[in-house]
Amino acid sequence: MAIQPAEKRFSHKKLERNVSLLGFFSLIAVAIGGIVEIAPLFWIDNTIEKVDGMRPYTPLELAGRNIYMREGCYTCHSQMIRPFRDEVERYGHYSLAAESMYDHPFQWGSKRTGPDLARVGGRYSDEWHKAHLIDPRSVVPESIMPGYAFLAERDLAPGDMKRDLTALTRVGVPYTKQDIAKANDDIRAQADPDAGAGDLVKRYPKAQVRDFDGDPAQVTEMDALIAYLQMLGTLVDVEKAAPQEQAHAPAAASGAVR
Amino acid sequence: MMDDLVFKAGGWLALALLALVFAALAVDAPFAVHMIIIAITCMIALWFRVSRADYAGMARGLLKMPADEGVYDDDPVRWGVIATIFWGVAGLAVGLYIALQLAFPALNLGIEYTSFGRLRPLHTSAVVFAFGGNALIATSFYVVQRTCRARLAFPGAARFVFWGYQLFLVLAATGYVMGVTEAREYAEPEWYVDLWLTIVWIVYFIVFVGTIVKRREPHIYVANWFYLSFIVTIAMLHIVNNLSIPVTIFGSKSYSAFAGVQDALTQWWYGHNAVAFFLTVPFLAMMYYFVPKQAERPIYSYRLSILHFWSLIFLYIWAGPHHLHYTALPDWAQTLGMVFSVVLWMPSWGGMINGLMTLNGAWDKIRTDPIIRMMVVALAFYGMATFEGPMLSVKAFNSLSHYTEWTIAHVHAGALGWNGMITFAAVYYLVPRLWGRPRLYSLRMVNWHFWLATLGIVFYASSMWVAGIMQGLMWREYGADGYLVYSFAESVAAMHPMYLIRAAGGAMYLAGFLLMVFNVWATLAGRVREEKPMTETPYNAAADRPLAPVPAE
Repeated sequence: MAIQPAEKRFSHKKLERNVSLLGFFSLIAVAIGGIVEIAPLFWIDNTIEKVDGMRPYTPLELAGRNIYMREGCYTCHSQMIRPFRDEVERYGHYSLAAESMYDHPFQWGSKRTGPDLARVGGRYSDEWHKAHLIDPRSVVPESIMPGYAFLAERDLAPGDMKRDLTALTRVGVPYTKQDIAKANDDIRAQADPDAGAGDLVKRYPKAQVRDFDGDPAQVTEMDALIAYLQMLGTLVDVEKAAPQEQAHAPAAASGAVR
Repeated sequence: MMDDLVFKAGGWLALALLALVFAALAVDAPFAVHMIIIAITCMIALWFRVSRADYAGMARGLLKMPADEGVYDDDPVRWGVIATIFWGVAGLAVGLYIALQLAFPALNLGIEYTSFGRLRPLHTSAVVFAFGGNALIATSFYVVQRTCRARLAFPGAARFVFWGYQLFLVLAATGYVMGVTEAREYAEPEWYVDLWLTIVWIVYFIVFVGTIVKRREPHIYVANWFYLSFIVTIAMLHIVNNLSIPVTIFGSKSYSAFAGVQDALTQWWYGHNAVAFFLTVPFLAMMYYFVPKQAERPIYSYRLSILHFWSLIFLYIWAGPHHLHYTALPDWAQTLGMVFSVVLWMPSWGGMINGLMTLNGAWDKIRTDPIIRMMVVALAFYGMATFEGPMLSVKAFNSLSHYTEWTIAHVHAGALGWNGMITFAAVYYLVPRLWGRPRLYSLRMVNWHFWLATLGIVFYASSMWVAGIMQGLMWREYGADGYLVYSFAESVAAMHPMYLIRAAGGAMYLAGFLLMVFNVWATLAGRVREEKPMTETPYNAAADRPLAPVPAE
């Protein structure tokens, strides 16, 4: 009685003879893991702890970020500091989830052929960045980074940035109507100190307004890229953010630095 | 009949014109270049359609000759084998070039089109999607026909899959060089290229499943489970991971639908399963067909293949978060990823054992058959890489290995050792059969290829292991004074000799590949090399006689 007739028990033969069943069950098998791991990230609140200071990129920074992506910088540079003593001392406070909340796409990277850049903003002067991007070995003799001299000569032509900001609002970045309307003017306003920044800094707190590449006559791709590098990791006051984190999720931070 | 021709030719013309309109309205130059490439492709398709049509037959009102169901439809397979070899040379050559760039940065030439950041995605996509992808499409069309004892369903669609996939590769490759990228590893092609691949992939699914449906065998052979799972899962991964919003439909730029943490996990769910469902599952399908064929032995255990198939595909999907250890990804997701990665070790080795044990009773062939030797080494590297993977996914290990060259060593042990070697073996198996040649031009040359490739991998992997561990240790080294000992630049300088050894290993691997190119080319030309066979039992005619009694003095 304990042994059921063979044809009533499940037999793998059924799957081997029916391509629909085989396809269906293999789809189920591969769907489960992703659903369990990814879906909760969208509704578990403490996935991204709230911190003060995060804002969307200014149009100039965004154009710089697009150049960073275009040149494949992510293939050698990470933007994700892990909570280890050596990384925190080398690069600064470990990265917080909120710091990449407006990054479409994320640029955490997977390889450090060059150093991490998550908090490179403000560490070097604009002049250093320009010299380094034009000829990396002129400032770091051991460097194996390619030179990007062409960025300094090329006018920044990101197209109509209104469309870029509009596209980003469609995926959830909170640009205001005013931000979108002024998107193209904001580029010149941020890179050209004579143009007058207007209310740029009010709409984008901590935005750095200056001529980044030492060539006030034109806004170049170099301006945009340096503007992006100089703002990386500068928005959030991490010392203030730490206690906030503790209050929300005491367990999460316990394994962290020191 | 004629109407059909006019309709189809008109369709290609309309598509070409549409592409030209998009090129004219393009907001960025690379998009215009891509639309012109598409227009040219449509015009070539139009020319083929018109010039190859059977006008005499149409005039007599004949119906199209039905395909001969008594022979397999191997044209797309033959093209696929040639495309595999072509893209393989391209991918490996770019790989060697960028390896040399890391040793000698002057090789970046100061030009945007030849800088490391743009060539690196070209290298990864060329070897994974172009070399690997063509090998998979070609072998899946070959294997599914043989194991179903049926001709390919939808022959026109099968040809569309092959040529459509090549167009995808050309658009992706030219895009990288022009800086068109979504900047997410192994998913770099932009939105319109992604859409095109989706169409091609769905047609591929239809051809593959259609052929299984018309099979003349009651059972679906194991290899086909793996191919089917590959096609279905890649579709799922590709569509979800590439959700993005174009800035304008007349431009190449798009922004991904997800940001930050969610984007990171979606990307590595995709990225790790590109390894799983592009570089593992369908290559196991190749193993399940070509190893038993070449060894002339049945698969070791059918039960094991059932067990490891289901456990492998179920578990692999969970492993993605191990690429994000100690990042801002929530801890629970990291731990889940680690646990499943470690468990994954078992089904991975289930596949290796099933492949290796298939040689039971034919182990002597390792000595005599260089193709079997390639298969065995491929499985050995598969086993090694699938042990190393779970190990590196343990957080304690990962804290040292992540971001270093160790990852590069791991990937290449898998890609060069497992994917490369099993593909070479399949190509050597297929070429004489597909082109009706008595045998390969030279089996000794296969042996040379084997040794060059194996030694190349040893140099590559060991130099990158050393480099990775060295980086990891230098970055975290503290002196007695409590300060970090090394600046980052010092760790870069320390890599130089390792980068040279790696490039030497890569050059050996490429040299072996070029031997295969020559061997295949000579085989296609119908040449057979006069050479000593691989195995020879010594024969001495002088000694081959009875021992006559010699009278004593």
